[in-house]
Amino acid sequence: MASIGTTALVIEATDGSLEVDNRRPRRKKFRTWRLIVMVLAAAYFLAPLYAGLKFALQNDSGHFSFWAFQTLPSSQGFSAAFFLSMRLAIFTAVVELLLMVPTAIFVHLRLPKLRPMMDFVTILPIVVPPIVLIVGVLGSAPLWLKSSPYLLSVFYVVLAMPFVYRSLDAGLTAIDLRTLVEASRSLGGSWIRTLVSVIMPNLRAALLSATALTLALVFGEYTMANLDGWTTMPVWIAQFQQSDAHVTLAAAMALLIGTWLLLSLIVAADRSQSRRRRRRAGTP
Amino acid sequence: MAPFCIYTGVGLGVPIVYIIRNAFLTFQGKFTFSNMSLLVHGTYLKGFENSLLLSLLTSVVPGILGVFLAYSIVTSNSAVLKRMVATASAVLANFGGINLTFIFIAAFGTTGIITGWLNFVHIDPWNHGFDLYDFYGVAFVYLYFQLPLMVLVITPALGGLRQSWREAAQNMGASNWRYWRHVGIPVLMPSILGGMLLLFGSSFAAYATAETLTLGTVTLAPIQIGDTLAGNAIAGEANIGFAIALGMLVVLSITMIFYGLARRRASKWLR
Amino acid sequence: MTDVRDSPPVGDSRAAAPAGATVSLENLVRSYGKVRALDGLTLSIDAGEFVAFLGPSGCGKTTALRVLAGFEQPDSGRVIVDGKDLSNVNAQKRDMGMVFQSYSLFPNMSVLDNVAFGLKMRRQSGSQRRTKAAELLELVGLGDQSVKYPHQLSGGQQQRVALARALAIEPRVLLLDEPLSALDAKVRAELRDQIRSLQQRLAITTVFVTHDQEEALSMADRVCVMSSGHIEQIASPATLYARPTTAFVAQFVGISSRVPVQMDGSEVVIFGQRCPVRTGDSAAVTGPIDALLRPEDVAIDVDPDGTGFITHKSFFGATTRLVVQVGEIPVRVDVRSDVGADLALGEHVRPRIIARDVLIAARGPLEIPSDE
Repeated sequence: MASIGTTALVIEATDGSLEVDNRRPRRKKFRTWRLIVMVLAAAYFLAPLYAGLKFALQNDSGHFSFWAFQTLPSSQGFSAAFFLSMRLAIFTAVVELLLMVPTAIFVHLRLPKLRPMMDFVTILPIVVPPIVLIVGVLGSAPLWLKSSPYLLSVFYVVLAMPFVYRSLDAGLTAIDLRTLVEASRSLGGSWIRTLVSVIMPNLRAALLSATALTLALVFGEYTMANLDGWTTMPVWIAQFQQSDAHVTLAAAMALLIGTWLLLSLIVAADRSQSRRRRRRAGTP
Repeated sequence: MAPFCIYTGVGLGVPIVYIIRNAFLTFQGKFTFSNMSLLVHGTYLKGFENSLLLSLLTSVVPGILGVFLAYSIVTSNSAVLKRMVATASAVLANFGGINLTFIFIAAFGTTGIITGWLNFVHIDPWNHGFDLYDFYGVAFVYLYFQLPLMVLVITPALGGLRQSWREAAQNMGASNWRYWRHVGIPVLMPSILGGMLLLFGSSFAAYATAETLTLGTVTLAPIQIGDTLAGNAIAGEANIGFAIALGMLVVLSITMIFYGLARRRASKWLR
Repeated sequence: MTDVRDSPPVGDSRAAAPAGATVSLENLVRSYGKVRALDGLTLSIDAGEFVAFLGPSGCGKTTALRVLAGFEQPDSGRVIVDGKDLSNVNAQKRDMGMVFQSYSLFPNMSVLDNVAFGLKMRRQSGSQRRTKAAELLELVGLGDQSVKYPHQLSGGQQQRVALARALAIEPRVLLLDEPLSALDAKVRAELRDQIRSLQQRLAITTVFVTHDQEEALSMADRVCVMSSGHIEQIASPATLYARPTTAFVAQFVGISSRVPVQMDGSEVVIFGQRCPVRTGDSAAVTGPIDALLRPEDVAIDVDPDGTGFITHKSFFGATTRLVVQVGEIPVRVDVRSDVGADLALGEHVRPRIIARDVLIAARGPLEIPSDE
């Protein structure tokens, strides 16, 4: 799995869109070749998805059935794992936003010179991937923290930082934070007021994007959870594999579809935001 | 600002320092180079080699394929296709390790559905050297998220190739091929290299997919770290995990430094 | 920045340069869906002539240039250069040098390599290429910048390199697609002179596309005013200015007021005085007519019983432009600023024609060109 941080770097660079305005060649040979490439690519990417879905929609005797999906919620350990993941996700998202929103705003407003340093800091979690992080964590964390699953949450916050920071930063740039804040303050608004009534509502797309990604990350993170010994959703899926392949696939597909929806949300949010930024800059 | 610095400093700093420190300690706490020397011999060296090789393979191949795929999409006239691919790439690049493992097994495993189809037309990949669970099998699966990542990275660079360069080249008498050779590819090269470096880092650090797919049968550095944590290390070599982790940190840092350089050059030309 | 006119004449390598080619566009038609970008465009250009294509956006001037260059194929019609039909010849084989609007220099090559690129494509040897390229950079005044990269140069400098690059291959035709539009006014003016004197010295047939009438009128031997894919008028700048044959052209070259008038034999009655009509096609217009006036064609006298009163006043330095409302018609009048300073808004004035004759056209609405 490509790290969330890596994708963050990339989505930031593309504004979430692949639109490009170039007139391009229309030679026939090129078009057939292009068609072949795209068909092959589509086949490679769709095949496993199709297989997964088919397998998940079969019962033991090989007939089409929703049975696997139906028994999923009641499978042993599923709900415990699901709710654990959910709790971790919520905790992570909350801490993440509480930490990053003020920081992003602060850096944007007061310390623009610090921006390059922030860029560096947000690359850091890519240099320290989950597998490396967990090694250091397990050795150095205090016992009281280690006995709680929220230890994972603490470090999920770190893992999610690149994307969340970039998302917020892009959002703040798009709304021209400085002007809004000055306007609000000159009209007599306190800092809290400004934050709640002026900044947050305008950051909706960025906040949505950041939260969606944090959720996707927590629900998909296997490495640290497994090695720390907590049974979150992904860990459960891997363990349950022994018992029943169909149900496992159903769980995997459900997770995939959920992730797909969340990430589509992110891309859509990013695009609406960059459209806003373009409008602001005056480009049609 | 302060809470952020503290949080990050502690969150990243403490584990990193711990790793660096412990890489040079024995289990009893004495300073030693033995962990590091272990690292460059035997299975651990093999693990590192394999990881580097795998990362190289899964950065160069999807890197090149990604450029072609991205070019195909960028030059199409369908806005719908472009939007679909944009979303798909962002999503596929993030596919969780274990989910990927299972759908690949379902498709290409010994009793997989695609395998079944191929058998039906008398093509039997499994008896002809294909093995989903060996080194190349892992590479095959890695392609699934590496390729979209490359497409995401290289597409804006392709978009930055100005129409006027191509026309100017044509105007000067250059054929299609000569345009690419003298202008197109050189201008794209920093972005392509940057993309491959990113892919390299992404592949090197990946754990979940490889572990769940091979269950440890393929020696890779991240998996070896996981083994030491699960208590599978040989006694007396307990701190090898830290040494491996340190090694990984070094490799990734170097990779990201070069990535930064490539990115800087690319933005100078493609503005 | 060295003035190109002071540069030493180029050496022997130029002595054998071919004079420009003759160009003939025959009945070019090009449609994009329902829009006709080129509507039967026909035009002949002499060797060594500098022709400007002038018109608003969408008039087809850029399309015409691109068809000439070979980047677009016309639906029908022919492109003939030096007697040869180039309609089926690839852009890369047409031997024309083109200067684009912006960002056309190859970013991965130094300035010298950029200029030498066309020669490289023609398989000239390395040292030969570099000498030639250096000469041309000298010609455009950038001889000392040859090792720099495009992103290190200013916009004006980049366009001069682009010009050198286009000239390096000794093209039969030089094509310029709004090369000065992306530059600031001061740089634009300097470059304008440089391009024109260079072109005259080298005697290359040149086609220059622009939407700026000042550029077109000051640089070209002939100006071709276009609208909606066809030619409105093609004539020397002086002729175009003095005798615009259609209302579109007139408004493009300074006409800013339309006054309904009555025809009386070969004269019209305007502002209570009789005025001869300018000879030309407009004399044949029948039905209700307007007189087309330039701000300098009209003078005003202060008169409390006058038919007009001042509604606007704009200071332009040497002149002051007034808008005088005569009945329902706004008439734009230029006066000297010392006179204009004494005039007040609302003041009544009597307008009169001081031009020798007036241009007339069929009655219609006024279309003010965009740089008004």
